[in-house]
Amino acid sequence: MDARVPERVSVTAHLSEVDIKEIGRELDQLRDEITASLGESDARYIHRVIAVQRGLEATGRTLLMVSILPPAWLAGTACLAVAKILENMEIGHNVLHGQWDWMRDPEIHSTTWEWDSATPADMWKRSHNVVHHTYTNILGKDRDIGYAALRVSPEQPWHPIYLTQPLYNAILAAFFEWGIAIYDAELERAWRGEKSWTEALTQLGGVARKAGRQVIKDYVAFPLLAGPSFLPTLLGNAAANAARNVWSHTVIFCGHFPDGAEVFTEDRLNGETRGEWYIRQLLGSANITGGPLLHLMTGNLSHQIEHHLFPDLPSNRYAEIAPRVRELCQRYGLRYNTGSLLRQTASVWKNVLRLALPGPKPRPADDRSS
Amino acid sequence: MRKGGARLARAAEALTRAVAEAAGSGSRLAVRRHLLDAMTWLTTPLLPDDYLGLINPLWSSRELRGRVEAVQPETADAATLVIRPGRGWEGHRAGQYARIGIDIHGVRHWRSYSLSSPPERADGRVTITVKADPHGLVSPYLVRRVTPGTIVHLAAAQGEFTLPEPPPDRLLFLTAGSGITPVAATLRGLAAHGRMPDAVLVHSAPASDEVIFGTELRALAARFASLRLYERHTRIDGRFTMAQLRRVCPDWRRRHTWACGPAGMLDDAERHWRRAGLADRLHVERFRPTVTVGGIGGRVRFTASGGWADADGVTPLLVVGENAGVLMPSGCRMGICYSCVARLRAGRVRDLRTGREYGDEGQLIQTCVSAAAGPVEIDL
Ligand SMILES: Cc1cc2nc3c(=O)[nH]c(=O)nc-3n(C[C@H](O)[C@H](O)[C@H](O)COP(=O)(O)OP(=O)(O)OC[C@H]3O[C@@H](n4cnc5c(N)ncnc54)[C@H](O)[C@@H]3O)c2cc1C
Ligand code: FES
Repeated sequence: MDARVPERVSVTAHLSEVDIKEIGRELDQLRDEITASLGESDARYIHRVIAVQRGLEATGRTLLMVSILPPAWLAGTACLAVAKILENMEIGHNVLHGQWDWMRDPEIHSTTWEWDSATPADMWKRSHNVVHHTYTNILGKDRDIGYAALRVSPEQPWHPIYLTQPLYNAILAAFFEWGIAIYDAELERAWRGEKSWTEALTQLGGVARKAGRQVIKDYVAFPLLAGPSFLPTLLGNAAANAARNVWSHTVIFCGHFPDGAEVFTEDRLNGETRGEWYIRQLLGSANITGGPLLHLMTGNLSHQIEHHLFPDLPSNRYAEIAPRVRELCQRYGLRYNTGSLLRQTASVWKNVLRLALPGPKPRPADDRSS
Repeated sequence: MRKGGARLARAAEALTRAVAEAAGSGSRLAVRRHLLDAMTWLTTPLLPDDYLGLINPLWSSRELRGRVEAVQPETADAATLVIRPGRGWEGHRAGQYARIGIDIHGVRHWRSYSLSSPPERADGRVTITVKADPHGLVSPYLVRRVTPGTIVHLAAAQGEFTLPEPPPDRLLFLTAGSGITPVAATLRGLAAHGRMPDAVLVHSAPASDEVIFGTELRALAARFASLRLYERHTRIDGRFTMAQLRRVCPDWRRRHTWACGPAGMLDDAERHWRRAGLADRLHVERFRPTVTVGGIGGRVRFTASGGWADADGVTPLLVVGENAGVLMPSGCRMGICYSCVARLRAGRVRDLRTGREYGDEGQLIQTCVSAAAGPVEIDL
């Protein structure tokens, strides 16, 4: 057996089988309780967010029509950036998770939704919902650990290529949607022969079609429509996309890669019980503290822990679930990883910088919090 | 907001018309299509309709909607909803029904309702008349909770419970309770043209003041000598039986008959007409499927969407899927329209109407009248 395994197990070593079972039962019960209470106010919430988002987008795009005037440029770009963030984070990501499928509204449904991102919804749903949420933080299984390009955990073997990762990660942040789109085509799996090149190329074709329309919208159609404001509109759209990219990169990296987020080995999956699954999701995720506006703008991924426990519960409910999950963690002596946006981001970048170099030796998980 | 919306609508309408006239060719609709197609380059990945629908829900042709403009009580437990259909409504024939979708506690529910207004209605509105089922979910909500201004979802009118054109010379309508609704549309349509063929209406309701459209039906019978109304008040006189038909309408064999009402009455009528060898003269509209007792259920997997649920042997797969949040196509919800068919990937199902178990891989099944008979996979 792998020598590292005893260390990984130690985070939960103090839990008895009964404890683990009880954790599973409590969380299942919490889930049932929330599911049963879903209703009109939740439906009103998502409808309102969608209306606000579309209103902001229309306002931003209209202002950019006259963006030859600097104040209009600034206001238009800001509106559009916020609209794009809301669209990707609080709406798109969560709708595609099926969080709103219970409403049976075909216009707000995981199987019909398409989002304002280079990656087609279908492809993303597979790589994200199926692979990442099932194999969360399992080395060699969860491709989201470092997005098959970064070393974010000491358990990943070092390679000289990682020396470039601080620079590479900064560039990735600015072009995050493109990084995700290429990543979702899983080229490295085709490279390793785990899937056929034909399949990978078909998927890339899908990306090209989807992304092509996105590019034409932001960089051709709207600038042309703006006439004399062609260039400022184009730059405004580019700035809004970049702002959205950097923001979602930041939020998503804070969710799994700050200090204290656990990674697991593949043998963990053998006969994993419901309780163990919950615990893995808990320990592999990290939250960001903040007010309602921060939660909204992060698409409630500031409640990454709650999101990973209950990926298909509506995001507006995570805030009320969080204290109960935290209390459960306290009772069972499990780490609830949370911190301010600044702290978690600093922690992520510290890791990205440190792990560009070889080492360190993975420490037993119990020592980490010290 | 709504006023502003209406003004905007008129402005948009005027603009499209101006463009169409300027172009001098093609219909207004075609121009609108082209405009919207061009607009998708600006709204991708959404559609222009997604934005239009936010300003006025009735403008979206992606999803057909209607606005409830009035709720008129008919009896203690029935009401008529006056609905203004939005863009995309293509009209109906008297006797047809439409599916109505309504969000209750945030969840969309679909039910079928006969349109009780005739297509001749001049103001472009349609009506449905709903009787609250005390144990039901949607009908009490429509009768008691819906207020004017509510947006409902609509599907195109369908159904064959209509008169042929021209109508037969002699008609018989056999109705009970809320079964009067499609027939009311038919009678109103005939009355609107001022020509009533020789028609007999045999209608049952518990008591005089519980007859839906009672006053109007009596007035119609008074106005047209060719329309004869036989009202049966079952609380005093008991249920109407086919044996009594001969007395009430001696020439029933020579009439084309349209029947709508409770399952028991319709079963009796079908048997009666079949025995007389006149089954082809009887047209029946059922509001509920007649179902048999089910068997064991099983786990149902929806392969395309990834949803699953454990089903018992009596719940239609349509309901199982809806409860699991799967987008299930549906229509009448009682096995007549085939809107709900889906491909069976594995397992077997039970036809709830006959109790027969069947199912081969790849077979198309009607989810609204099929229940799981063991584990099932459906391509939805
Ligand atoms: C073509 C057509 C036209 C129609 N036209 C009209 C019309 O004009 N006017 C009208 O009022 N209706 C009409 N209906 C009937 C209508 O569609 C609805 O079926 C009716 O309103 C009841 O709906 P509901 O949601 O209130 O009841 P539901 O909630 O669907 O329940 C219906 C019945 O089933 C029972 N039930 C529900 N769930 C269960 C369960 N799990 N186990 C056992 N029993 C259960 C309930 O007790 C209730 O009695 C029409 C139907 C069709 C098919
Ligand atoms: S919904 Fe009409 S046949 Fe099933």
